[in-house]
Amino acid sequence: MKQRLVRLALSLSVVLTISLAAAQSGSELRFCLRAEPKTLNPVLMADEPSETVRYLTGGVLMRLNRLTQQLEPELATSWKVSENGKTISFKLRQNVRFSDGTPFSAEDVAYTMQQLMDPDLHSPTGDAFRSGEGKVITQITGKNHMTVTFPAPVVGLDKLFDQVAIMSAKSPEKEMAVLGPYYVAENKAGSYLILKRNPNYWKHDSSGRQLPHIESVRLDIQQNRDMEMLRLVRGEIDFVNSLDAEYFDKLAAQAPNMATDAGVSLDSEQMWFNQVASSPLPAYKKAWFTSTNFRRAISEAINREDLARVVFRGHARPAVSWVSPANKFWFNAKLQPHPYDQKSALQALAQDGFHMQDGALHDRDGHLVEFSVITNAGNKYRERMATMIQQDLSGIGIRLNVVTLDFPSLIERITRSFDYEACLLGLVNNDLDPNSQMNVWLSSAENHQWNPSQKTPATTWEAEIDTLMRAQASTLDMKKRKHAIDRVQEIVWQQEPFIYLVNKNAMSAVSAAVHNAHPVALTPQVFWNIDQLTLGTEVARNR
Amino acid sequence: MKWARVAAIVFLVVVSAACLLADFVAPAPYSHQFRDVPDAAPSRQHLLGTDDLGRDRFSRLLYGTRVSLLLAPAAALLSSLLAALIGGTAGFVGGWLQRSVMAATDLFLSLPWLFLLITVRALLPLNVAPITSVLITFALLGCLGWAAAARVICADARTLGSSDFMLLARASGSSGFRLLWRHLLPNLKPILFAQFWISIPVFILTEANLGILGLGVAEPLPSWGSLLRELESFSAFSGHPWQFVPLILFIVVVSCFHLALQKQELSA
Repeated sequence: MKQRLVRLALSLSVVLTISLAAAQSGSELRFCLRAEPKTLNPVLMADEPSETVRYLTGGVLMRLNRLTQQLEPELATSWKVSENGKTISFKLRQNVRFSDGTPFSAEDVAYTMQQLMDPDLHSPTGDAFRSGEGKVITQITGKNHMTVTFPAPVVGLDKLFDQVAIMSAKSPEKEMAVLGPYYVAENKAGSYLILKRNPNYWKHDSSGRQLPHIESVRLDIQQNRDMEMLRLVRGEIDFVNSLDAEYFDKLAAQAPNMATDAGVSLDSEQMWFNQVASSPLPAYKKAWFTSTNFRRAISEAINREDLARVVFRGHARPAVSWVSPANKFWFNAKLQPHPYDQKSALQALAQDGFHMQDGALHDRDGHLVEFSVITNAGNKYRERMATMIQQDLSGIGIRLNVVTLDFPSLIERITRSFDYEACLLGLVNNDLDPNSQMNVWLSSAENHQWNPSQKTPATTWEAEIDTLMRAQASTLDMKKRKHAIDRVQEIVWQQEPFIYLVNKNAMSAVSAAVHNAHPVALTPQVFWNIDQLTLGTEVARNR
Repeated sequence: MKWARVAAIVFLVVVSAACLLADFVAPAPYSHQFRDVPDAAPSRQHLLGTDDLGRDRFSRLLYGTRVSLLLAPAAALLSSLLAALIGGTAGFVGGWLQRSVMAATDLFLSLPWLFLLITVRALLPLNVAPITSVLITFALLGCLGWAAAARVICADARTLGSSDFMLLARASGSSGFRLLWRHLLPNLKPILFAQFWISIPVFILTEANLGILGLGVAEPLPSWGSLLRELESFSAFSGHPWQFVPLILFIVVVSCFHLALQKQELSA
């Protein structure tokens, strides 16, 4: 009897395995791109749809694990960055082939680096490696060993290779020959892309089966979010990689098991005051905006908890400083968001001579405290935040006028004419290393929004930030770098040149048919482990 | 159809009275944010629910209707008067004046107003109180909306100018001004009325669209335009049907105006 049962169980498991394998062999994962990829050349990609294609098709030397935020070996089995931060040496994986069968070698890495740094190509990915004047030298030091030397130290050098898809130097298919899990099999402009499983993909699962599990990926180009959601609910697509709070709640009400909130993301929403000395603002307003007490008071008068709860329906959290709590290593955990405290705000204002008169706040010279905040028209979340801040500030007698402008007019005002008082915008951040924000924090930088392109730092705290940011960029000692970045976060928290409002959550929707999906806060939220994803058998059969 | 006209008038009187007495009728100030109940469904406290920021939608509808009912017709009146002046004169005088005015009108119509309005917004000061912003918006609409109506009125004035009664008036020795004032303008009234009524919903919707460009009514002041913008976030996926109330009221009010004034138009 026992033997019969064992036999029955064995035969059942064989049948199940065969049917699963059969189902997987015809499986297709489907999701939407919000626009057509502008290019399929991995060196030239900068837009989100193109980067999605690169992630799915490109083979990289090492990959940042989006869950652990640690680098993991891929085409390079090991690597080492030199002490001076200029050279990185790789040991490459052997017996790897491109999708067209061309063997992978160190020459391909050298060719990719040459393409990446070619000044005529203006590669956006290559820009991150440009640390100084001079040539990038690649040396093949052995059969599977090579080094890349940069003219100046590159901070966070190894992590930058997460974005570098290796191209074939010899393949007649050029950039269409790939080392990633999929290759582009069909590209119907403006409509869809079909990616097929790379038959030569080097990765295998623990049981020795070649990855990826899913046979093909169909990327439909769909701009309309409503349509995308309807298609998800109907089962026509398998996931939506990024959702906003409104859609998330609607989906959670209809299909709660599909909606996933992976927690706080790297993105932030912030407002700042115009502190440009040459701006056309009246002198008394310049005096308000350059006062730390004034900025702190505004910050304390804003109810961040309410912004997160009402505008983002609880799918955001009050922001602390310029590094998001999602950035596990770099976030300064000692800092807390400024609490909502109108009493404390009024006390801070009183220190600068502000006083209440007939229910409205006036400065020491009797000027009514009224200013405008500009934000980009059409972004309903920012418009709502501005309206809530308007009500919050009315609580301390400040009249705030909310002005929505088309994006070019807004950019013109904040970068050229400086004819604005306060601005509310957000920052989309994909890079964990804070060094990528050097162009914001150096007082001489063009993106130092509150007072850009300064010849010498206007304040002592800006001078200190300059020193700290330069110090962290010139060392590879992570302890020293972390210490410097922590201190910059502290200064920004104290001085509030940017009043950080909220960090949005990373939300996505995944059909129950997709297995092994673990959405995370970093992009790409859902398909970061694409080669591990599988589809349910019923889905595979129906398609 | 008399009963329909009476019903329309009663409805308009009720709506107008409710809007004018909004300070007493509205259950809450239009800008007050009930942050504990954002996007709430209709209830006793909030008859039409609350918007995304927890503001009472019924109160906002009352105040918004007041703004739009006063200002959209004012803008429509301004544009209709400009159209009557420009189109009527051109059609009445005819000849080179008509050709020049119509060429200028065509040029005016062909201008990319969207981009020009963006430029206008960029030139306006930022620190503008909401009530000023709404006045600027509707004044702009009134000043820019005359061209299409002027073309129609000019064509009508041309036809009327060569009609028998005008010929008789001329033969009886009527002067140019008398011809224009006593004979032409009264006969242009139906088409002017039509242009006026067409302009009102167009201006309300344009104001809603301009809001997207930052030219509309500034927060927190409501208008039909800003209330209709709420439908932007209406999703076929899962909607709140009460969000349609401003749209329904807008359609009903415009229809009631047509019904109420039908007789007057016909008799004109």
